[in-house]
Amino acid sequence: MTAASLNLSLSRDARPILISASFIVVILVAGTFYTLSRLGTAPLLSPNYLLQQLQIGSFLGIVAAGMMIVILISQIDLSVPWTLTAAAMMATAVGGPWALPVGLGVGLLVGLVNGVGVAYLRIPSMIFTLGVNAVMRGLMVAHTGGFAPQTAATDLMRWLAAEHSFGIPNALFVWLAVSALVALILRRMALGRYIYAIGNKEAAAYLAGVNTRGVIVISFALCGLAAGLAGVLLAGYSTKAYQGMGDAYLLPSIAAVVIGGTNILGGRGRYLGTLVGVILIVLLNSVLSIMEMPEAGRQVIYGAVIILMLLVYGRGERVTS
Amino acid sequence: MVEESRAVNAASEGDFLTLSGISKRYGGVTALENVDFACGRGKIHAVLGENGAGKSTLIKIVAGVVQPDAGTMRLDGKEVRFPSPSSGNAAGVASIFQELSLLPDLSVADNISIATPPRRFGIIDAKAQRRRAEALLAEIGCEDVNPLMRVRDLPLSRRQMVEIAKALGQRPQLLVLDEATSALTSADVEKVYAMLARLKAQNVAILYISHRMHEVEALADRASVFRNGRHIETFDWGTRSTAEIVQLMIGRDIATQYPTKPKRPRAKAALKLDNLCWEKRLEAISLDVGAGEIVGLGGLDGQGQKTLLLALFGVLRGVTGEITINGKPVRPGSPAVAKSPSVGIALVPEDRKTEGLMLPMSIADNLAIASLNTLAKGLFVDRAKERAAVEKGIDRLRIKIGDSKDAVSTLSGGNQQKVVIAKWLMTKPGIILLNDPTRGIDVGTKQEIYRLMRELADQGVAILFYSTDYDELIGCCDRVAIMYDGRIVRELEGANLNEHNIIASALNIDSGAAGASSAGEVAHV
Amino acid sequence: MSNSTLSEPAVSGASMSGVPMPGLLPRRSLGGDLLIRIRQNIGLVTAIGLFCVVYLFYHFAHPKGFSSAVFVQNADEVFTLAMVAMAQTLPVLAAGLDLSVGAVMTMVGCIASYLLSGAAEGTPIEFTLGGAHHVLAVLPGGIAGIMTGMLICLIAGTFAGFLNGCVVVYGRIQPIIATLATGAIYIGIALFLRPTPGGKIDDDLNWALTNSLQDFASTIHIFDDGNAAWFAPFGTIPVPFVLIVAIALLVWVPFRRSVTGRGVYAIGSAEGAAYMSGLRIDRAKLAAFTLAGFFAGCGGLFLAIQTSSGNADIPQAGTYTLNSIAAVVIGGTSLLGGTGSAIGSIFGALILRVISFFFRIFDIAPLLQPLFEGIILLAAVSIGALRVLRVKNTLELFR
Repeated sequence: MTAASLNLSLSRDARPILISASFIVVILVAGTFYTLSRLGTAPLLSPNYLLQQLQIGSFLGIVAAGMMIVILISQIDLSVPWTLTAAAMMATAVGGPWALPVGLGVGLLVGLVNGVGVAYLRIPSMIFTLGVNAVMRGLMVAHTGGFAPQTAATDLMRWLAAEHSFGIPNALFVWLAVSALVALILRRMALGRYIYAIGNKEAAAYLAGVNTRGVIVISFALCGLAAGLAGVLLAGYSTKAYQGMGDAYLLPSIAAVVIGGTNILGGRGRYLGTLVGVILIVLLNSVLSIMEMPEAGRQVIYGAVIILMLLVYGRGERVTS
Repeated sequence: MVEESRAVNAASEGDFLTLSGISKRYGGVTALENVDFACGRGKIHAVLGENGAGKSTLIKIVAGVVQPDAGTMRLDGKEVRFPSPSSGNAAGVASIFQELSLLPDLSVADNISIATPPRRFGIIDAKAQRRRAEALLAEIGCEDVNPLMRVRDLPLSRRQMVEIAKALGQRPQLLVLDEATSALTSADVEKVYAMLARLKAQNVAILYISHRMHEVEALADRASVFRNGRHIETFDWGTRSTAEIVQLMIGRDIATQYPTKPKRPRAKAALKLDNLCWEKRLEAISLDVGAGEIVGLGGLDGQGQKTLLLALFGVLRGVTGEITINGKPVRPGSPAVAKSPSVGIALVPEDRKTEGLMLPMSIADNLAIASLNTLAKGLFVDRAKERAAVEKGIDRLRIKIGDSKDAVSTLSGGNQQKVVIAKWLMTKPGIILLNDPTRGIDVGTKQEIYRLMRELADQGVAILFYSTDYDELIGCCDRVAIMYDGRIVRELEGANLNEHNIIASALNIDSGAAGASSAGEVAHV
Repeated sequence: MSNSTLSEPAVSGASMSGVPMPGLLPRRSLGGDLLIRIRQNIGLVTAIGLFCVVYLFYHFAHPKGFSSAVFVQNADEVFTLAMVAMAQTLPVLAAGLDLSVGAVMTMVGCIASYLLSGAAEGTPIEFTLGGAHHVLAVLPGGIAGIMTGMLICLIAGTFAGFLNGCVVVYGRIQPIIATLATGAIYIGIALFLRPTPGGKIDDDLNWALTNSLQDFASTIHIFDDGNAAWFAPFGTIPVPFVLIVAIALLVWVPFRRSVTGRGVYAIGSAEGAAYMSGLRIDRAKLAAFTLAGFFAGCGGLFLAIQTSSGNADIPQAGTYTLNSIAAVVIGGTSLLGGTGSAIGSIFGALILRVISFFFRIFDIAPLLQPLFEGIILLAAVSIGALRVLRVKNTLELFR
């Protein structure tokens, strides 16, 4: 009885992570077979190549870290694309030493607005963050005139996103720091417990004396902050900000979180899973690009992988009463 | 053993519904154990038993909502198996459940004909459906409900009548009523009686489950008593006295149910309410609860008792009047404020599954959630301190668990309720509000909770205790305030605290009008 | 299932004595019934009212207001979003969400760009795989071929919706994430078909469907090429408008009134109670997603005809999906499910579009348009939040 329940609790949290981790191995092995047979090389086993891929993946990883917090409280943040873009554009526009704080500030501010709308006005996050995304887009189009801004990323931004220290991309260190912070929040801080509690049953958390509104606002603020940071880094990596730079991050970040075993309805999931989910998506992408898979095939494989993974461990309960 | 064989005999007389050897377990909890049961056409068959006796599981099996682990079910001698409620409906079983099965956003007419509406060219015939609803509502004397109304917009008593009309519309051969009258007005109950009499005359088999003994008294032709998941006895109504039936329901060990009440002078008020009002649901509530005192809230269900507890806990906006705690006026604006040490209130809510617990989370997480702010060092949770506190809570309430990391949903109802209570004890409250804490839990745990309440009171905690069970109020409370229509109509204490007085005040009728009856007897209302 | 909130039933003194509460139960009369219906569909009524106000205003402000040309142009621009919004309504009513409606629309559009060329010699359905050329079938030329092609497009959309339903119902994966994944697949197929925008649509088809009824009749040579005297009053009505009304009346209304359609509402209202009432939940969910695919397919088909090409535009697909959600909410359908209608969503789509029409006539700098759109969208969804202020029992906020 105890063994069974132990097994159950283990499988509930760890199974998705184990399965997606083994899937990463499958991707690496299959990709290597392909490159060996076609090109006679094995770039997927070269640390430099992998580090480079992870460097690109770190932007997604940072967005996903924030997204996970919001999904854990059973909400969603659809404003990520233009929060990210706005942070990047404002950071490059301000320039100088203030670029980084301004970029992060934009992210934080948008997150706070989202949080207030969801927690205090109780508008479904699905629709409120959608509106905020549209407003941010409008602001940025008005600001830039609809063109790619001519301003460039500061040296600090470039250093953070594109340079290496000790042979390892700095962006990876940033991602690592964000990961450590999120893991710390979720596992060690009271805030983390409240986040899980709200995701499981907001009414019960409220009646247990948890300041549910405050926690919701903080969660969205953290998500906005993460999107802002990713925007600043991405601008540093590409040396400038550009229109629509955040579009490629919304759905993959949600997918990474869910593939990592976080319940899309909230309340359940471990940060390690999100980490694994991001790596899975990043490696899947790089293998597909090595194989010169056209965008069409990528999309299909991408969708199929999500469904497959969820069929294995993400199935809901049957409604019986 | 003699009783068991009587039950089997009863099952062999060519009855309409026959269950044999039915067993059902939920996880580790046995809900029904090898039950043989039968009921016949043209009879109202009452099913009696305490909460958790297995009545609800029995009728869920009959309706096809849950499937038995073992045993067979026969209708009219033919073996049947209901994998879903719709197969039960198709076989002529209609059920009226305690938890309403109505769809709140659909109209009354839609709800009444939900499964098999009148159709024309494959499309629901709205006019015919409406006429049908009107006819059925008229049949139970409920013409005042417009079939176009959305169920969400109806008061609870009307919803229950709609539920009855819906079941009636299926023209069932077997009708199951599970506490179908709990929210009805007395006039509506009369209408239901008349309807049941008509159905009986039409040779329909009727299973009637109710906690209201006077209803059973008025209706039943036969009765079966269940206890702890077993069928104890079936008998023709009238062959057993009320006292004997009660005895069958509760079993043997009723002697030391409640801890003895201490005789001490009333302490100074820890909680003092003065002229509390809210939205016409609470009107001029004034009440004192002394430190070390257990004050009960009594009366019919839904007279403002729960609202009062919520108002004290900071859940309701716009409460007027004064709340004084230990001499200081307070105004809890949210549960977070209410639980803070300066106020020190705890609430054990009504529905532990949706309001008391985060079911998928671990036992430890659930225990610690309310007191995390005191278990934290800065932003971080002090895990050693937390573990110690959790263990202390588990020990104090003797919660039976495997591992504190297991999901709280794996526990039995009684142990879940203990987790809710332990969670609040960890915040060291001076005032505890209990909202029907023993509902749906086993007798053993109930007694533990009674003892704990008294223990806490002895330590100086003030307890405000709402219960739907009069017996419990009499046994546990030093004083009981009876509520009616949002007011406190009477406070009972000492020798006055008896069943007769509670019932008389609950109905807001003059004491003595209901006739003298001793405390042990089940009163007729 | 447990919908027990801590709020109490309103058992007042009057009800105790069995007297019905007059305020709660209006007397039965024609006026009373109408009042009930209006109150129950207040979201829809508001949306219709709002649309009428803004659209009338638009026409008064427009230099060529109330002219057939303006109506036709507006109808063309609205049709696709209206269809996609209708598509989104069904999963939302069942308390789900379909993030693939834009993708289905795009995929069907790309399919249409192959099948509706209207070439006289017929249109082959062909593909090249591994160097070998395969021809599956050849559509006949002329109108028969176009009709067949359109049918295939609609079937493709419907089938995509059916697949969504299968993943949700049998895979038991949350709709939002299931359709996120299937949406990627449909976009992939669209990209496979049209790596770059292109294709051809029969000119007559384009002309006939994107103009007024008069042009429609003259293109297909009916009613004396649209010059019949009795036809004149209808001549100026835009074809897309007629199509929307026809689809709403012939597809949505019958579905809404079918047992399955009502089951969709029941699931969104209380899934547990729907099961207890003996409804076939799986079938209703499957139907909701399938029909959503059909509507999205209609939208994609029209978009291809209107633009005379197929374009696997991923951002455009995303925009349509997100706008469909906005249109559904503005049209009075609750994201929690159970209340609302596809008719409301049509008006939601209309309102969204009319707002952007305004930018043209008021000469708002194009750069500010997205900002105004965003602010108006945010304001529209925030209006509903005012109810929060009236809630006196904070537990009711958590439902």
